[in-house]
Amino acid sequence: MELNQYLEMFIEESKEHLQACSEHLLELEKNPEDLTIVGEIFRSAHTLKGMSATMGFEDLADLTHKMENVLDAIRNEKIKVTAEIFDVVFESVDHLEAMVYDIADGGDGKRNVQSTVEQLKRIESGETTPAKQVVTLATQETVATTAEQVDFKLMYDDFEKTVLLQSSEQEFNAYEISITLRDDCLLKAARVYMVFEILEKNGDVIKSSPTVDKLEEEQFDNEFHVAYISKECAEDLQKMLMKVSEVDLVVVNEINQDVFLAASGVKQEQEVPQTTATVSNEATPVQTPKAASTSNGNGNGKANHATSKTIRVNIERLDILMNLFEELAIDRGRLLSIAADIKHGELDDTVERMSRTMGELQNIVLTMRMVPVETVFNRFPKMVRQLSRDLNKQITLNIVGAETELDRTVIDEIGDPLVHLIRNSVDHGIESPEVRRTKGKPEEGTVELRAYHSGNYVFIEIEDDGAGINRDKVLAKALSKGVVTQEQSLTMTDKQINELILASGFSTADVISDVSGRGVGLDVVKTTIESLGGNISIESTQDVGSVFSIQLPLTLSIISVMLVEIESEIYAIPLSSIIETSIIRNSDILNAHNQKVIDFRGKVVPLVFLEEIFEVPRQEKNDDGFYSVVIVRKGDKLAGLVVDSFIGQQEIVLKSLGNYLTNIFAISGATILGNGKVALIVDCNALLK
Amino acid sequence: MTNALEQKNLKVIVFQLADKEYAIPVSHVKGIEKLMHITRVPKTVRYVKGVINLRGVVTPVIDLRERFNLPISGNEDTTRIIIIALETMEVGFVVDSANDVLDIDADSIEQQPEVVGSLEEEFIAGVAKLENRLLILLHLDKVLNPLD
Repeated sequence: MELNQYLEMFIEESKEHLQACSEHLLELEKNPEDLTIVGEIFRSAHTLKGMSATMGFEDLADLTHKMENVLDAIRNEKIKVTAEIFDVVFESVDHLEAMVYDIADGGDGKRNVQSTVEQLKRIESGETTPAKQVVTLATQETVATTAEQVDFKLMYDDFEKTVLLQSSEQEFNAYEISITLRDDCLLKAARVYMVFEILEKNGDVIKSSPTVDKLEEEQFDNEFHVAYISKECAEDLQKMLMKVSEVDLVVVNEINQDVFLAASGVKQEQEVPQTTATVSNEATPVQTPKAASTSNGNGNGKANHATSKTIRVNIERLDILMNLFEELAIDRGRLLSIAADIKHGELDDTVERMSRTMGELQNIVLTMRMVPVETVFNRFPKMVRQLSRDLNKQITLNIVGAETELDRTVIDEIGDPLVHLIRNSVDHGIESPEVRRTKGKPEEGTVELRAYHSGNYVFIEIEDDGAGINRDKVLAKALSKGVVTQEQSLTMTDKQINELILASGFSTADVISDVSGRGVGLDVVKTTIESLGGNISIESTQDVGSVFSIQLPLTLSIISVMLVEIESEIYAIPLSSIIETSIIRNSDILNAHNQKVIDFRGKVVPLVFLEEIFEVPRQEKNDDGFYSVVIVRKGDKLAGLVVDSFIGQQEIVLKSLGNYLTNIFAISGATILGNGKVALIVDCNALLK
Repeated sequence: MTNALEQKNLKVIVFQLADKEYAIPVSHVKGIEKLMHITRVPKTVRYVKGVINLRGVVTPVIDLRERFNLPISGNEDTTRIIIIALETMEVGFVVDSANDVLDIDADSIEQQPEVVGSLEEEFIAGVAKLENRLLILLHLDKVLNPLD
């Protein structure tokens, strides 16, 4: 088999499976008793093992195999989940990830994992430390004591709970029915069929254990359970079912809210009581679609992935598609003008219809590049978990708005800055539990990572309830490092001082810790974000917390520009830099230090003659006594770009000038105009020093 | 280029510049285009004529006459832009005309460019003699690289 052609797919899928492992592990850590989660992890690990063995990555397959054994033991309730096991399994996933990344970088995926493997083996054989066992025993006891109250056999997920509880509101009764067949029953499947026929005539079966498939295949002992809603009373049901021959015993238990709460307490004892209560009381229909896909937890874990069907497309192909599309758009422009000249009714109609279709097509082509930030965000829960363990802090990470979509190119770039900022929040922001207690805060710190759309921008914010930025310390440091002068410091606002920590070579950590302060400062974050056309700002209150807010353009490939003309050349000026345009009189121009300036709303603004900067060849000097000026800004600095005339505002598709022409002064890229010609994009930042 | 020279047979695109014939291995040629609108790019070296819209890709264009310090001529009907792909770069060469694809026997290529003895010699990888034609093989790396 030619493996290379599958390598890329293998790497992508491995990453996906590992991500699923991490996510489910984190989930399992919160609900250690929920064995369906273990099943999910097992499935991902199993697939990964198979894939890596096929691809010939033995080390990868081997470690996955060991991890799988442990998961299998947990799944079959041979061993109990403990914190130690979590650490080792997480470690394995880390190793696996490192291997996959190594393979992605062209390596052979080999790695020394001896100690992890040994630990996995040890766990698998059931050797855990005595202290951990005590803990496990203790939880088991609590399970046993609460379990006595109700004797329910089935486990329900949120969706099923909702259905069962809602049924009672609609005057249906919810039951859990246990049917025991006689030991000498010969045709178990037939009996099951008869039971189900009676049940379905009188109501609806919500769930059965074992599943219907297994019941039909007689894969059960003598007993099975169904969750059932019906208008019949329990007694009648019992009588009806007992009529089926070879049925030994029928127990009908009514499920009402109280029973249900207690039952869920038993089955998922880790679940916090309040959450159970909200689920059962409100029974929000919003939750149901998602829950529905994960219901029937037996054996179809694929349901999770099937919710959004996607296809992986190489980004280069999308770029090609985009280019072809633009070609088409340019031709449309030509067709439109031809149709306007010819004035032929049918042609007009056709061209117009084509235009509309193109508009819709354009939308699709552009949104195809959009990816939810989830792909970046989902690596953080594990990172925060690890960091808080390393630093002995208690931290929860909340993620909000992971479905927010951003251009693929932005997504690729934004990961590292976010890692820096989250590390910063965890390391410098959140205090140790002791310090938090003395400050009267809960011991557990919170970091919230959120993303949302606003206008043409996406905001990503990282908020922590930690120590906040120490204004005096930052200022002192900035002064000592010469980042600001004494005079400047007097007039700085709090916000400006906060943002000093983004200055290059700046670190306020007294002790360089393992986590941050490794010489890579937040200045890198600022640079990266600005290179994406974004912006970062900091709000912080001492002892209350900080918010790092990143503003990013929705997409990098399309920007709004003002097209201007100089002689016969057309240039595009990004709207994001423009404050306004104006026409000024020759006499409004003043001379200051050999620099032509204008008075713009009380501010002295230097004029930049683009024809000089760009050395535009002139046929004849235009001298009608007026100048067209585009006022642009960089930070709080302004300049007036003098052009011949304004053409108008337009959305353009950004193009690079290629690898041959790099670092062209004051040109940040190019675009293709409707007439097929290339126009250059002015880099205002380079013009304002 | 050197690798290409080691091959037994070399397929080349032949083009005309001033009164000489030049050759580029066909493996590096992505296409030959008619002259189209070139957008001037300010503040670049003199021989970079600007950029063109090559089916949606913004591609820089070099005037080879200017690159080789040959006398500048006006654009004729025969003027072509040869699109070259070298590593990750794509660049167009403006040439007087391009109309031949030839197989050159590697043995007929002489490595020593002294016979030419002009300013462009640093861009020359070798010379091939074909019956009564003299083809100058371009050293693409050098033509493209030092963009000073």
